[in-house]
Amino acid sequence: MKRVLGILLVLVLAAALFVPGQVLAQDQVTIGVSIPAATHGWTGGVNYWARVTADRLQEQHPNINIVLLTAGSAGEQANDLEDLVAIHNIDALVILPFESDPLTDPVDFVKQSGVFVTVVDRGLAREGIEDIYVAGDNPAMGRVSGEYMVEALGGEGKIVILRGIPTVIDNQRFDAFMEVVDETDIEVLDWAYAYWNRDDGFEVMQDFLARFPEIDAVWAQDDDIALGVIEAVKQAGREDELFIIPGAGMKEVIARVMEGDRLTPVNVLYPPAMIATAMEVTALVFVSDAPFMGTYIIDSPLITPENAERFYFPDSPF
Amino acid sequence: MSSKAPAETQGASRFTLDFRTLGPFVALALLMILGTMINATFISSANLTNVLTRSAFIGIIAVGATFVISAGGIDLSVGSMAAFISGVMIIAMNHFVNTVGVNWTTVMIGMGLSVALGLAAGLANGLVTTKGRIDSFIVTLGTMGIYRSLVTYLADGGTLSLSFQLRGIYRPVYYGSFLGIPIPLWAFFVVAVIGWIVLNKTRFGRYCLAIGSNADVAAYSAINVDRIRTLTYVVQGLCVAVATIIYVPRLGSASASTGVLWELEAIAAVIIGGTALKGGTSRLWGTVAGAIMLSMIGNILNLTDAISQYLNGAVQGVIIIVAVLVQRSGKGR
Repeated sequence: MKRVLGILLVLVLAAALFVPGQVLAQDQVTIGVSIPAATHGWTGGVNYWARVTADRLQEQHPNINIVLLTAGSAGEQANDLEDLVAIHNIDALVILPFESDPLTDPVDFVKQSGVFVTVVDRGLAREGIEDIYVAGDNPAMGRVSGEYMVEALGGEGKIVILRGIPTVIDNQRFDAFMEVVDETDIEVLDWAYAYWNRDDGFEVMQDFLARFPEIDAVWAQDDDIALGVIEAVKQAGREDELFIIPGAGMKEVIARVMEGDRLTPVNVLYPPAMIATAMEVTALVFVSDAPFMGTYIIDSPLITPENAERFYFPDSPF
Repeated sequence: MSSKAPAETQGASRFTLDFRTLGPFVALALLMILGTMINATFISSANLTNVLTRSAFIGIIAVGATFVISAGGIDLSVGSMAAFISGVMIIAMNHFVNTVGVNWTTVMIGMGLSVALGLAAGLANGLVTTKGRIDSFIVTLGTMGIYRSLVTYLADGGTLSLSFQLRGIYRPVYYGSFLGIPIPLWAFFVVAVIGWIVLNKTRFGRYCLAIGSNADVAAYSAINVDRIRTLTYVVQGLCVAVATIIYVPRLGSASASTGVLWELEAIAAVIIGGTALKGGTSRLWGTVAGAIMLSMIGNILNLTDAISQYLNGAVQGVIIIVAVLVQRSGKGR
C-alpha cells in the first residue's frame, strides 16, 4: 500500500513538473469545486454552469486553476474533499453539499487546513465554517408561487400541490407557500410527493384528476414534475379548466412561458447557475482587494412572458 | 428422456397446487375491494384504465424477469437498461427526423433500434454471467451502473426530449386505444400470453424450470445450461425493449431518473405472483397480477388523505408482505 502511494506521489510530482505553463509562483491559486453528479435535471444544470464558469475563469485569470469534481453520494463527496486537499493542494473550495449533515465535518476539516471555503445552496449544519455562503431562496420560491396563485385565482379556488423529495428544501418551499395561501379562500384539495421527476408527476396528477372533478390550479413546484402534470392534464382533456405553476427555470418550460402558453403562464426561478455566482465571487477574492465575505441570497423572481428571455439559456441541458 | 422429469413433476402437481396459483388473484381482488371502499372513484373505468395502463411497463419487464428468476438467475439492470434504451431511441429518432422525415418510418427505426439494443444488452448480461462464471447478481449490478451512467452521459446530465413533431406521430402508441382498450394494455396482454406459452408449452420453458430447480441435474440431463440461461437474459432484454417502446411516447423524454427502481418492482411483481426467488417454479399470470397490484397500491394511496403521505412506503411494504402471505396460506400444509 505504502509503495503504491509512493509511486503515485512520484507520478503526481512528475506530472506537475511536466505540465507546460504551470508556473508555481506564489500567486498561483487552485480552486476546488465539488458538486453532486448530474442525477436529475437541476444538478445537470449545476454541472453545466460549473464547467462553463471554470473554463471562463481560467481563461480570464491565468493564475487561477480550477479542479472540478462530481460525486454520486455524500460519502463520495467527502472522499473528494480529501483528494482536493491532499492531491490538488487547493487554496479555496466551492462546494454544493450533497447533504448538509454528513458533510459538515469534512468541510470543517478542509477549512481548518487553511482553505477558503464557499458553500452553495445547502447550508452546513454548523454555523461559522464557511467564508462565503451563496444560496437560492427556498422560502421565497414558495412565497412567490403562493402570491401568484392567490392573484391569478382572485383569492378563491381549488388547488392540488405536487411536492418534491421529503427534504428541508421542500419543507421550506411548502411552508412558505401555505403561509400565503392559508389566509385566502383557496382550498388545498390534497398534496403528494412527486420526487422532482416527470413519471411521478404524471402518475400523481392522473390520480388527482380522477379523484377531484374540479381543480382550478396546480402548484407543481418543479419543472420536471410540471412536464409530467401537463401530459396527464392533456390526456384527461382538462387543459382548459386549470393552470400549472412550475418552478426552477428549465429551458423547455421557460420557452413555454415565452410563447404565452395558457397551461404554464409563469415560472418561478431557482437557478442552478448559482454555482457560477459562487465560483465567480470566490475567484474575485484572489484577484481583488475588495471585501467579498458574507452571505449571498439569489432571488426567486416570477418569470413572465415579458421577462422570460432573460432566463432562457438554450445551450444549458436544463 | 431425463429432460422430461421436470415437466412431469409440474404436470403431477398442477391440480394439487391450484389454490396456490389462485393466491395472487385473491390478493388482487381483496386490494380492489379495499380500494373501492376507500374511494369509489377507484373502480371508475377511467381510473382503472389509468392504473392498468401504468402497470404495463413493469408488467412487461416482469414477464421477462419471470424467465430469468425461474431459471435461478436475477437481473438488476432492467431499470437502467430501459432508461438507456429510451435515451438512445430518442437521440436516434431526433437524428432521423432530419434525413428520413417526420413520419412512421422514423418511429419504426427507433422501435427496431430499441429491440436490437434490448437483445444485445440481454445477450451481454447472459454471456458474462455464463461464460465469465460470475453471479448474475454481480454482473447485472455492474451493468445497472453502466447503463445508468451512459444515459446520464448521453443526456449531458439533463433530459433527452423527443422532437416535438415526432411526438405527435408516436403519441398514440401510449395514449391510443384499440377496441376501447389502451394499446399498452394490449401489448402487456400479448407479451404475457406469449410468455406463458413459451414458459409452459415449450422445451425451452421446461429447461428453464429444470435449471432453476437444480442446474447440476439439468446439466447431467444433457441440457445446455449456459445456452438456456443466456437466452433467459435475452428474453428479459427483449421485454425491456418492448416496455421502452411503450414508455417513450408517454412523456417523450429520458433522463437519469428514468426507470429508477424498476428492477425491484419487477422482481417484487414476480415474487408476489408466486414464482420462487430461488428458481425452479414459474407463475406467469401471477406475475401479471403482481405487477397490477403494485401500481394499484400507489394509486389507492393517492386517492385518499386518510393515510399520511409520509407513511406511503410503510403501507406499500405491509400490503406487499400481506399479499405474499395470502398466497402462501393457500399452499396448504
